[in-house]
Amino acid sequence: MSAEKDERRSAGELEAAVMAALWAAGTPLTPAQVQTELASGLARTTVTTILSRLHEKGTLERQRQGRGYAYRPVQDPHGLTALRMHSELDRGSDRETVLARFVAQLNPDDEGVLRRLLRENP
Amino acid sequence: MRVALLLIPLLLPWAAPAPARRVLDRCPPGAALWTLTVSALLLAAGTVAALGTLALTGLLRIPALAALGELVHPLSTSSARLALPLAALAAGLLALAAFTLIRTVLRQAAGLRSARSEAGRRPPAGDLCVVDSPRPDAYALPGRPHRIVVTTAMLRSLDAREREALFAHERAHNAGGHHYFLAAAEVAAHCHPALRPVRDAVRMAAERAADEAAASAVGDRRLTARAIARAALAAHAADAPRPAVTPAATSGPVPRRVAALLSPAARRARGASWAVALLTTCALLSCATAATGAIAVHQDIEIAQGDTAGT
Repeated sequence: MSAEKDERRSAGELEAAVMAALWAAGTPLTPAQVQTELASGLARTTVTTILSRLHEKGTLERQRQGRGYAYRPVQDPHGLTALRMHSELDRGSDRETVLARFVAQLNPDDEGVLRRLLRENP
Repeated sequence: MRVALLLIPLLLPWAAPAPARRVLDRCPPGAALWTLTVSALLLAAGTVAALGTLALTGLLRIPALAALGELVHPLSTSSARLALPLAALAAGLLALAAFTLIRTVLRQAAGLRSARSEAGRRPPAGDLCVVDSPRPDAYALPGRPHRIVVTTAMLRSLDAREREALFAHERAHNAGGHHYFLAAAEVAAHCHPALRPVRDAVRMAAERAADEAAASAVGDRRLTARAIARAALAAHAADAPRPAVTPAATSGPVPRRVAALLSPAARRARGASWAVALLTTCALLSCATAATGAIAVHQDIEIAQGDTAGT
C-alpha cells in the first residue's frame, strides 16, 4: 500500500490499524516498532500522533522506554465484559442472521480444500 | 377455482432455490444480493397473502364470523368440505411463522443491544472494537456509529496487511447496509421453508460483495483470499473440541469465497440474465396470483354480503 493511499485513509481507519497491531503484538511497542509492524509506508510522525491521540482517549497506556514511550492497549478493567459480550452473541447459529461474520464454520472437507488453495497460491 | 389460484404462491417458492443458486454463481455479487433479496421478499409476501386469504375464506364459513362480516349468503369461494380444514391449516401455518419470526427478532434484538452497549463501553480506536478472547472471530456490528468487532485471537492469526483486508471486508458490510439484506432474507425464510436456501444464497452474496469490496480496497485479490482462508483455518482449529458440523455434499461457503477471489475478477457470466429473469418471474408470478386470488375472494365476499355482482 502506497503512502499516498494512506494519506487518504480516514483517521479512524488508521487508529484501528494501529490498535490492531498493538493487540496482535501482545507486548508494548514503540512508534518505530508499530511502524515496522504495519509495513504500510506510514510516516513515523503519523504513527506517533495516532499513538498519543489513542493514549489521550484512554485506549492505550504507555511506559517510558529509552527516550520515548512504548504503548500497549489498556486491558479490560472488568475482564468479564469481553467474555460476557462474546457469550451473548454466541448462542448457536442465531448470530449469523444479522451479524455478518468474517468466516463461517468449516465443513470437514473444507479444511483440506483451504490448505491446498493456500499452498497453490502462496 | 379460487383455491387453486391461491395454492400457486405456496408452491412457487419450491421453484426458487435452483435459479437463486444460478444467480449467485453467475451475477456480480452486488447485483445478486439485490435480486435474491427482493425475490425472496416478493415470494414471502405472496405466501403470506395466499395463506391469509385461504384462512379468511374458511373463517367466514363459521356462522358467527360470517355474521360479523355481515355475510347474508354463504361464501361461494370453495366447497364447504375443503374450506374449513384448508383454512385451519393456513391459519396454523401463519401462526407458526409469526411465532418463530417474533422469537428470532426478540433474540436478535437482545443480542445486538447487549453487543452494542458493551462495544460502546470500551474505549474506541476508530471503528474497531477488540474483544480479548482465545477464539478467532470477527463481525460487523451495525448501528450508529458502525463498528467492527474482532477478537485478539483473530488479530494474532493474521499479519498487518491481512488485517487490513479483514477490516475492509467488515467495513464493506457496514457501508453496504448488508444487515438489512440479511434481516429481509431471514424474514422470508420464516414465511416459507423453501426460501431457506434462498436466504443462504443471500448470506453468501453479502459475503462475496464484501470480499470484492475488500479486494478492491486493499488492491489485492490474492491477499484478501489468503486472509479469509487463514482466518477460517484459525477459527476451525480453535473450534476443534466442538461437535463436528454435519458433512456437506459440496464444499462450504469459505472455500468458494476463497476460490472466487483467486480466479480473475468476474465478468458477467453466460446465463446470468436468464437466471435473474427466471427468479424474478417466479417472484412476480407469486405476487400476481396471490393478488388475483385475494381480489376474487374479496368479490365473493361482497356478493355474499348481498351487494350486486361486479361492483
